[in-house]
Amino acid sequence: MYPLTYRRAQSLAEARELLAHTQDAKLLAGGMTLIPTLKQRLAAPSMVVDIGQLAELRGIAMKGERLVIGAGTRHADVAGSDLVKQKIPALAQLASQVGDPQVRNQGTLGGSVANNDPAADYPSAVLGLGASIQTLQREIAADDYFRGVFETALDPGEIITAVSFPVPSRAAYAKFAQPASGYAMTGVFVAELDKSVRVAVTGAGPGVFRWKEAEQALGRNFSVASLQPLAVSPDGLNNDLHASAEYRANLVAVMARRAVASLTGENA
Amino acid sequence: MAKVEMTVNGRKVSHEVEDRTLLVDFLRDTLRLTGTHVGCDTSQCGCCTVHVNGRAVKSCTMLVGQANGAEVLTIEGLAEGEKLHPVQQAFTECHALQCGFCTPGMIMAVVGLLKDNPAPSDDEIIHGLEGNLCRCTGYINIIKAVKQAAQAMA
Repeated sequence: MYPLTYRRAQSLAEARELLAHTQDAKLLAGGMTLIPTLKQRLAAPSMVVDIGQLAELRGIAMKGERLVIGAGTRHADVAGSDLVKQKIPALAQLASQVGDPQVRNQGTLGGSVANNDPAADYPSAVLGLGASIQTLQREIAADDYFRGVFETALDPGEIITAVSFPVPSRAAYAKFAQPASGYAMTGVFVAELDKSVRVAVTGAGPGVFRWKEAEQALGRNFSVASLQPLAVSPDGLNNDLHASAEYRANLVAVMARRAVASLTGENA
Repeated sequence: MAKVEMTVNGRKVSHEVEDRTLLVDFLRDTLRLTGTHVGCDTSQCGCCTVHVNGRAVKSCTMLVGQANGAEVLTIEGLAEGEKLHPVQQAFTECHALQCGFCTPGMIMAVVGLLKDNPAPSDDEIIHGLEGNLCRCTGYINIIKAVKQAAQAMA
């Protein structure tokens, strides 16, 4: 790791000041991506500003009709939360599949969403539920937030404070994990909301994306049967040593069917 | 350089270290607590698992500053004098190790697992130890040891 300065912010206001007035400062939440990146010398920030322990970023609560989770909330706390299990069990189940127990004890929702790894789990829930990302400055709809590989709508120095999830009538997440890393080779989040069905895919492409044909088919008839005729084009999907684009395209369809089957009781 | 203070295995410690120091290097090089191992450089093997404020984490993937002010428990802090912790005892009795390199991290992960789930099923044990790699045992005796420890602690 290159030399750097570590600062633990005592408040969000202090974190914002440090970021604004330090050249090449980076935010540190749980560090589950940033620290390995620093160790490999793939990043060389002059300073890391630690917001991982700020109480104002923690917490899970209903606000009106929406489930709001503080950006600094650990994956293990989302996975174990009775409120999340009651309101959006698929989200608790997704959180219980992130990385491994040590990662879930340290990694945060906000960190995952800010990092936007194309194979991370959370972006599929955020996009699949049509959540909104709250920052110190504004609220960003999931559809406008995810921009591509590790790219988001966040401005430099903008800090995510919470993610606000609408409560679906039902939702499920099906993931085919890369066996060594636990990252999603392909993960599909399916949500049936008030007036729409949303299907978000992670791991398969250069960033999380919606599978619109599946959304329309499920909107007409929420069943595995209505997904059966659909196929995903491998064009533009990830093609690497773990899986070809064609294999991932097939996984998208299979995981979508599994997610729906877990809700309807059909065979996938 | 910055001063860090924390409680490690019940003992207060305070040292000046470089900001980029990882918790595992602080434990091993500064405190000479070499029971915590480094088995990879990619945050995958779990040999470096310790507890920070009661939660199992990989100490190779945490800056020492992040643990400033925390309560840290390492493998050296588990036994009470000569009396091994039930998880340590079960590992020895079930032959849950061969070379032993992964064992400190494995045991710290198991202690964390049993805290959250005192009577795990085989599947829950396997899922609960996903963050720890063992290249010798094939895990079978590790799973046995976890079940024996769970019974001993019940």
